[in-house]
Amino acid sequence: MRSRFCNVGLPLAGLVLIALVPQWLGAFHVALLNDIGIATLVVLGLVLVSGIGGALSFGQAAFVGIAAYTSAWLSTAQAASPWLGLLLALLFTCGSAWILGSITMRLGGHYLALSTIAWGLAVPLVFANTPALGSHSGIDGIPPIQIGDWVLDQSRSVFVLIWLAVLAGGWFAANLLRSRVGRSVRALRGGKVLMASFGADAFRVRLMLFVMASAYAAVAGWLYAHANRFVSAAPFSLHASIDYVFMMVVGGMAQLLSALLGSTLYIGLNNVLQDVLPLFTSRGAQVNSLVFALLFLLILERVPGGIGRPLARLLSRVRPGRPVQTAFDPASVLPRRALPARGELVVSVRNVVKRFGGLVAVNDVSFDVHAGEIVGLIGPNGAGKSTLFNLLTGTLPLTAGSVQFMGDPITGLSQRDVALQGVARTFQHVKLRPGMTLLENAALGAHARGRCGLWRGGLQLDRQEEACIMAEAMRQLERVGLAGQAHERAGSLPLGTQRLLEIARALAADPVILMLDEPAAGLRLLEKQALARLLNTLRSEGVTVLIVEHDMEFVMNLVDRLVVMNFGSKIAEGAPDDVRADPQVQAAYLGSEA
Amino acid sequence: MDPTIAFILLTDGLAGSALYLIIGLGLVLIFSVTRVIFVPFGSIAVFAALSLGAMELGRLPAAIPLIGLFVLLALFMECLRMRRQHSWRQWPRVLGVWGVLPLLPCALAAWASYQSAELVKVAAAVLLAVPLGPLIERVALRPIAHSSVLALLIVALVLDQVLSGLGLLWFGPEGLRTSAALEGSLTLSSGLAINYQTLLTMAVAFGLALVFYVVLQRTRIGKVLHATASNPTGARLVGIRPAFTATIAHLIAALLAGIVGVLISPVATIYYDSGLILTLKAFVAAIIGGMSSYPLTALGALLVGVSESFASFWNSGLKDAIVFGLLIPILVIRSGLAPHHEEEEEGDA
Repeated sequence: MRSRFCNVGLPLAGLVLIALVPQWLGAFHVALLNDIGIATLVVLGLVLVSGIGGALSFGQAAFVGIAAYTSAWLSTAQAASPWLGLLLALLFTCGSAWILGSITMRLGGHYLALSTIAWGLAVPLVFANTPALGSHSGIDGIPPIQIGDWVLDQSRSVFVLIWLAVLAGGWFAANLLRSRVGRSVRALRGGKVLMASFGADAFRVRLMLFVMASAYAAVAGWLYAHANRFVSAAPFSLHASIDYVFMMVVGGMAQLLSALLGSTLYIGLNNVLQDVLPLFTSRGAQVNSLVFALLFLLILERVPGGIGRPLARLLSRVRPGRPVQTAFDPASVLPRRALPARGELVVSVRNVVKRFGGLVAVNDVSFDVHAGEIVGLIGPNGAGKSTLFNLLTGTLPLTAGSVQFMGDPITGLSQRDVALQGVARTFQHVKLRPGMTLLENAALGAHARGRCGLWRGGLQLDRQEEACIMAEAMRQLERVGLAGQAHERAGSLPLGTQRLLEIARALAADPVILMLDEPAAGLRLLEKQALARLLNTLRSEGVTVLIVEHDMEFVMNLVDRLVVMNFGSKIAEGAPDDVRADPQVQAAYLGSEA
Repeated sequence: MDPTIAFILLTDGLAGSALYLIIGLGLVLIFSVTRVIFVPFGSIAVFAALSLGAMELGRLPAAIPLIGLFVLLALFMECLRMRRQHSWRQWPRVLGVWGVLPLLPCALAAWASYQSAELVKVAAAVLLAVPLGPLIERVALRPIAHSSVLALLIVALVLDQVLSGLGLLWFGPEGLRTSAALEGSLTLSSGLAINYQTLLTMAVAFGLALVFYVVLQRTRIGKVLHATASNPTGARLVGIRPAFTATIAHLIAALLAGIVGVLISPVATIYYDSGLILTLKAFVAAIIGGMSSYPLTALGALLVGVSESFASFWNSGLKDAIVFGLLIPILVIRSGLAPHHEEEEEGDA
């Protein structure tokens, strides 16, 4: 399928082009292509952190600048090798990105954007006012890069290095996005509650992306310094950062190839305008930036997906992606955790209280869940079911009381830690990634069972583990009856099927207990029946389930035991028939006269 | 540093703080009502300042063609809207609100540039800024009002580039200073004196902050803005139109920008692109207030203004970098205070 083409075809074609292009084109066009390559590297990083990760950075040009100045200063004032310059440039750039990211990423999205704007303004000011860095006149006489005896002092020779870097960077990023870490990257926009539910830390994933983007910028800056042999503060200004964002938006934020498309269009158009505008006006440079700003506005308002998206749609019409039935080796299995024996105590809720200000949402509730049973937590609207559910999964902190899981207190643990202990959950308002396939969505659930990180993912050293994760995801899809649609996009599913997919994702985590938040809400009768059948099968396989539900009928025929809540308190507990006969329950559901 | 210099730096800093306070008020107002981080604020102030400069030279200010351009765009978009909604009967109101009202300050400015009274020119410059806020909102922000905060921020940033680009085109690259300053100073004791202009700036900022407080707390329109800011959906349900509140917020902010423009132009040389850095420093103040609290923003303005003034004594080239460096401890404290900030969830764009 596509991955074959992307893995082998594209890099090969790229290598051939890198070898041939400098022979065909004149020096001017090669230099232009060098600019495009350097910009593509920067925008690749930006697509990762902003387009896919959703954290907007206006500081990329500043990162490019830090790297360029580091290497320029080292190789002139210190006469060090440019390769040492690359190393230190990476170190400084990634270090500053790490610091900047760790203090802003925990806050809302616009804090990173605003701080990087300030960063993007401040860094060039520091360059322009530091005498050791040549102040306003910059640093010149930067030596070219040398590989052995080969001196890259011509634009034709630097071209090879620049585009090899672009190719390597693109290959790494594309691999990464298809890996375990990459799936969590693509899930970032689903929010951190979703991320935590399968054991990923949204903050850390974003921070990793931000540092990675700065590393791309660092390589670009290093290439820039040694290709142009001169640096000054101006090309690293905030305007340049905005231009990078422009290239990303034009190309279509969320795809890697758009980095190439966007920077080619931008630099190409810029070049054309520089030739054309002086024919009409004496103030060409001023009109030029104005034209770009207006164009940017128009694209943002009229084609917010960038021109990469319609183009991609056109391409997929020409070359429709063939859904390939990947065969899964039954021997590829992930390690499983030791599950408790049937009847063992799994969850023990003791005197749990939750207050929101003066409102007592959950008042002194206690109950147990044992391994292998399905427990229903029911109650009329506003009974405090969902609040209790959030307390059990660590989404909300308790006011008083305790929750024990497998004998250990989980009170005060974060949502992610609770998930890592073996509590898998689904959501009342389904949280799936509509752009990812069913298989990938299910594979998200197995996130915490994998170990391969950024490097192994990016360098394709994770093949074995990936096969296991995918086989596991496929097994869970089979279990809920969705194996036939594994390669469809999750966004195209009806609500009932989406709920089943969420259950498959939860099962992929190999959970000790499955917690379902109103799984029947909004489902049609047939869908409810399918869901009930699935849950019955799961019970017979020994899965422990806690269902929070509003729909009395749905749970009555399904669960082993019911806990009934009303106005925050537990009013009954027991087998469905006993609960049905309970006068308090009847009063709560039907009014006191019933 | 001897006490006299420290005192001069302090008063300078307070004057700066006053300006950042006014800008910060406008930024927080717009952000809380419309979720837009209104970067072009400073450029509107710059347009007011440069227009005042042009009027002092007896020339027609270039803000007039800018407003004219936006009026044409706004009318065009309103026509499209009326065609879409089959509501052609609204045309007199549309023409009045988007066509005639914004041109009134232009007429005033055209008249004022032939007058000799400085105060008339100052008033005309302030009023000239006012239509820019609602016009920018109508033309560029309202069509994408439902986008994410980040998309709105990109648009706002690009709008600022458009405005400063037009400023460069129409006002030229030269900076200017206006003469509309209050002369003289108040002598406190030997060697210690405060310029009247500084006092005026602080008094205006203080007065505006007070008016802001009263308007938001006591008046009907203030309550409408307040309601939209704290719960947009709820405000819609009780019949508050988001477009209306957005227009009002931008109108108030543009008025504030105009005031900032005429207050700053006598004491600092203003260039076409001075706006961005002005806005961003006020953002540092607004971030201290979490983009939502007016009193904390005032405190932030004080911190930014005073540290900028002292930083400029130490190294004038790096003073902006130093002010932005303030962001780091601020953000560390904020992220410590609010470790569980809930980000907005997005679908696949």
